[in-house]
Amino acid sequence: MAQKTYAGKSLEVTDDGYLVDPSKWNEEIAKEMAKEEGIELTDKHFAVLKFIRENEASLTIRKVGNSGIVDIKGFYALFPGGPLKISSKIAGIRKPTSCV
Amino acid sequence: MKKILILGAGTGGTIMANKLRKELSRDEWEITLVDKHKTHYYQPGFLFIPFGIYKEQDVIKPKADFIPSGVKLLFNEIEKIDPENNKVFLEGGQILQYDFLIIATGTRTSPEDTPGLKGELWYKEIFDFYTIEGALALKEFFETWQGGRLVMNIAELPFKCPVAPLEFVFLADEFFTKVGIRDKVDITYVTPLSGAFTKPRATKMLGELLQEKNITVIPDFYLESVDNKEKVIRSYDGKEIPFDVLTIVPVNKGDELIARSGMGDDLNYIPTDKNTLRSEKYENVFVLGDASNIPTSKAGSVVHFASEVLFKNLMCAIKGRKMRAHFDGHANCYIETGFGKGSIIDFNYETEPLAGNYPLPGIGPFGLLQNTKMNHYGKVLFRWIYWHILLKGKELPVESEMSMAGKKK
Ligand SMILES: Cc1cc2nc3c(=O)[nH]c(=O)nc-3n(C[C@H](O)[C@H](O)[C@H](O)COP(=O)(O)OP(=O)(O)OC[C@H]3O[C@@H](n4cnc5c(N)ncnc54)[C@H](O)[C@@H]3O)c2cc1C
Repeated sequence: MAQKTYAGKSLEVTDDGYLVDPSKWNEEIAKEMAKEEGIELTDKHFAVLKFIRENEASLTIRKVGNSGIVDIKGFYALFPGGPLKISSKIAGIRKPTSCV
Repeated sequence: MKKILILGAGTGGTIMANKLRKELSRDEWEITLVDKHKTHYYQPGFLFIPFGIYKEQDVIKPKADFIPSGVKLLFNEIEKIDPENNKVFLEGGQILQYDFLIIATGTRTSPEDTPGLKGELWYKEIFDFYTIEGALALKEFFETWQGGRLVMNIAELPFKCPVAPLEFVFLADEFFTKVGIRDKVDITYVTPLSGAFTKPRATKMLGELLQEKNITVIPDFYLESVDNKEKVIRSYDGKEIPFDVLTIVPVNKGDELIARSGMGDDLNYIPTDKNTLRSEKYENVFVLGDASNIPTSKAGSVVHFASEVLFKNLMCAIKGRKMRAHFDGHANCYIETGFGKGSIIDFNYETEPLAGNYPLPGIGPFGLLQNTKMNHYGKVLFRWIYWHILLKGKELPVESEMSMAGKKK
């Protein structure tokens, strides 16, 4: 565990940089976290982040693709690289564990 | 007469029919089991068919052979479940009523979900080995193949038996070595996961084995489509991987029946309490095996361990008592690693696979997260155990709950 400062607040984060306490999250923190990933957040990003926070328990890329907010290609375009991992981090929730 | 209805006579449905018929009085309880197929497939055996190790007759037996007398066995397509009214509709109009329902309709491959997958190369140069048809077609192809790029891809998570594609590439390495063309075969393992497996220690061990065997891993690849003309697979973020032969685990989904009944999630899996194994929505509905959405592997070993918990909880529910048994997500997978060796992983919801011995602490005979000949014999033996002990719902000399004894942290 480590401490990091986002939006003027010192927050506890995991080794991978995920917030330990999702309830501390706000949009300003998200913007700064996104910058670190090289992403400038738009309204579309925030709509996806909202969906991600609301569906934390059962997230999959497919589920986001079926959300009506973006399709899977669009999701990749918004959060290039690993959309689920990156968007979860910016949304302030725990790192998604793929279960197999 | 009170009624228990079991949907699906695969691994889970067959085990439950056997356990319940032994326990419940025939004067009080009618047990009915429905499946659309008359043949029981030993699915773990599909893996060995492409390499000529098993033949079709090694993996099939009539379903009826495993169903005890006193269980009504119906062969028919299940159309729809109406859980609000405790009714199930079969093709042709038959309606079944139940007091308790056990859903064990499994998961199946859905190649239709990926554009281009079922194109002109399907079963010519693109194969699955999760169906008997695919495994047999691939066997024929491998018999005369001259070599080239062999790409093993997993289309979507979760998929049943998550170690099977790894075993497949290990066995392919052995097969082409023995045929004498390994130097002409380039094996690539393409996965949506970030590594060979999900859990850190198993990923490390399996990743090293892949490297040793000269198998390339391409992680974080989420399949969008298959291009039959260019012979490449494409990911959603525009990566392309060329193949000469593509072996694939297509998108896995629960049966369409679950979607028709409005009971599933995005992939037709039924929301199920991961501890009690009861449906999250309906008090008299239980879900066993691959059909559920519980966060553990979709595997026969899980079905077996879960069946003991489900049985106990169903007995409580029947008597109107509180359910006491808790499933811990216990999974136990033998992994064929080629050249007569194997590994084994043992884990649950909370604990990742660790090194050690199984099932007897300090003794084994199986070595967890190790690559040994004995582990391979375990896998070979498993087929016999499956047909003769597991399906009949008999006790195995291993605990359903995962044990930390014998494990090293
Ligand atoms: C290649 C491969 C290798 C594997 N290796 C292993 C292994 O090494 N170890 C291990 O533990 N597991 C392994 N498995 C997984 C294991 O076979 C499954 O997890 C297990 O069989 C699941 O049991 P189940 O009862 O949930 O479903 P299934 O056994 O699949 O049974 C589902 C049944 O429901 C029926 N059904 C579904 N829908 C309908 C409908 N609408 N109407 C009528 N009937 C219907 C089907 O016909 C089927 O008989 C492997 C699987 C594959 C494919």
